[in-house]
Amino acid sequence: MTVHPRYTQIVAVSVLTLLTVSTLAVLVFIIVFVFGKGLPYVSFDFLFTNPKDMGKFGGILPTLIGTVTLPLIAIGIATPLGVGTAVYLTEYTRESRMTRIIRFGADCLAGIPSIIFGLFGFIFFVTTLRMGWSIISGSLTLVFMILPTIIRTSEEAIKSVPYLYREVSFSLGATQWQTVRRVVLPNALPGIVTGIMLSIGRSIGETAAIIFTAGSSLRMPHSIFDSVRTMSVHFYILAREGISNQNAYATAAVLIISILTINLISYWMMNMFIAKKTR
Amino acid sequence: MESNFKFRISNLNVYWGKVQALRSISIDIPANRILGIIGPSGSGKTLFLRSLNRMNDLAPEISVEGRILLDDEDIYHPHVDPVKLRKRVGMVFALPVPLPASIYDNVIFSPSLFNIRNRKKLDHLVETSLTSAFLWDEVKDRLKTSAMRLSGGQQQRLCLARVLAMEPEVILLDEPCSGLDPISTAAIERALSNLKQNFTIILVTNNTKQAARVADNTAFFLMSEMVEYGPTDQIFTMPRDGRTNDYVTGRFG
Repeated sequence: MTVHPRYTQIVAVSVLTLLTVSTLAVLVFIIVFVFGKGLPYVSFDFLFTNPKDMGKFGGILPTLIGTVTLPLIAIGIATPLGVGTAVYLTEYTRESRMTRIIRFGADCLAGIPSIIFGLFGFIFFVTTLRMGWSIISGSLTLVFMILPTIIRTSEEAIKSVPYLYREVSFSLGATQWQTVRRVVLPNALPGIVTGIMLSIGRSIGETAAIIFTAGSSLRMPHSIFDSVRTMSVHFYILAREGISNQNAYATAAVLIISILTINLISYWMMNMFIAKKTR
Repeated sequence: MESNFKFRISNLNVYWGKVQALRSISIDIPANRILGIIGPSGSGKTLFLRSLNRMNDLAPEISVEGRILLDDEDIYHPHVDPVKLRKRVGMVFALPVPLPASIYDNVIFSPSLFNIRNRKKLDHLVETSLTSAFLWDEVKDRLKTSAMRLSGGQQQRLCLARVLAMEPEVILLDEPCSGLDPISTAAIERALSNLKQNFTIILVTNNTKQAARVADNTAFFLMSEMVEYGPTDQIFTMPRDGRTNDYVTGRFG
């Protein structure tokens, strides 16, 4: 028995629509839930004053600083390292045992649970290198965590640049490096930015690795060698210790807004960049 | 006599892995002339062309033997920098490949690699290159728009202009009109006929009639060998080899 293509078509469209809608619904539900519980307590004061009494009262200013600085430093270090590795793997080597080992290593690194990175960061940066619980220890640990993502997404982005572009560049008298800088990287940029965005998201949301390496001090940090608490860690501690559910949800709301903002800004920048090239 | 030859190629063998893809090609290519290379697909025309600007270096499975002299200098000599060679021997590919940038930036791609930043000079270069490629009138008012928005025929002429802006000595064209409409094809053919005053042009084409129209000399490639080489008139009216005759009269290919 065969079903008329018109009916299979209708079934396919409705099933796919349903799947998409349910995915979106989960996202919307989480956001609405957190915003509903948290947004009423978010105010200018909440954002820009110091916490009092372990965060039961007062604001979240130091954790805001921590949430910005840790990922920023981590991305600042991991991007050149990761993109450089990806360029080397794709443009400067031929597929060999060595590149496969590097790639395999990166994939394994990506699959390691973050708490293991935390433990490693604690033993290596915090105690062995005597950096203590600090922004720098936390950032460096994050670098290890996000490096595989940046390498692999950059690699895919670079590989997706048509080979003909490279041939054209070489045929016009460009060196390997000129080809990379003027043709490959600009065209791979949207993909590379996507990898960086994913990494920022992962860094901002990280708790386990950060408690181990950056500590959870609520005091305002004065240098990168001071301990700091991020919003995610703050939320975890507030909720876990039952200090303040209100402030926990308010922090969560701010966290979600920050991530949405970062994503929106980066999409906007990317579109501007693409529009400039194809106008 | 000797100085009239731009390329002097003797006993060129090219291997693709273990397969021999070109068999002992020897040919002297006169300067300021158009050489047409005809032959069916897979006869080694493209591989031959890409040996002349060492684009074959990019594919590790291809190896080149024999001697190719450009102005009496062996281009496969270890001291020759392929990057500098490619600046002297420009190439237009079968598919038009504009880079995703403006028309202007496409034309100045090569000059900007060599740190020519003088705006006036670049403007001049863009205008003369596009004019020589018969594209200037169509795009002069929108040089800053993306090259991706041009039609296929315009894109291919842009690719020619981009090579001209490099100010090479030789221009290699690999079936440049294979996907183009007759009007763009005619524009490119007209451009080539004008350009041979200043450049040596080597045109690989699947279109036998195109070679008959524009080439001064024609070489016929078949199954990795060069069957015949001579003045275009002779190749098309009284070929010496029966296979050439069959091909140009359309009996196969």
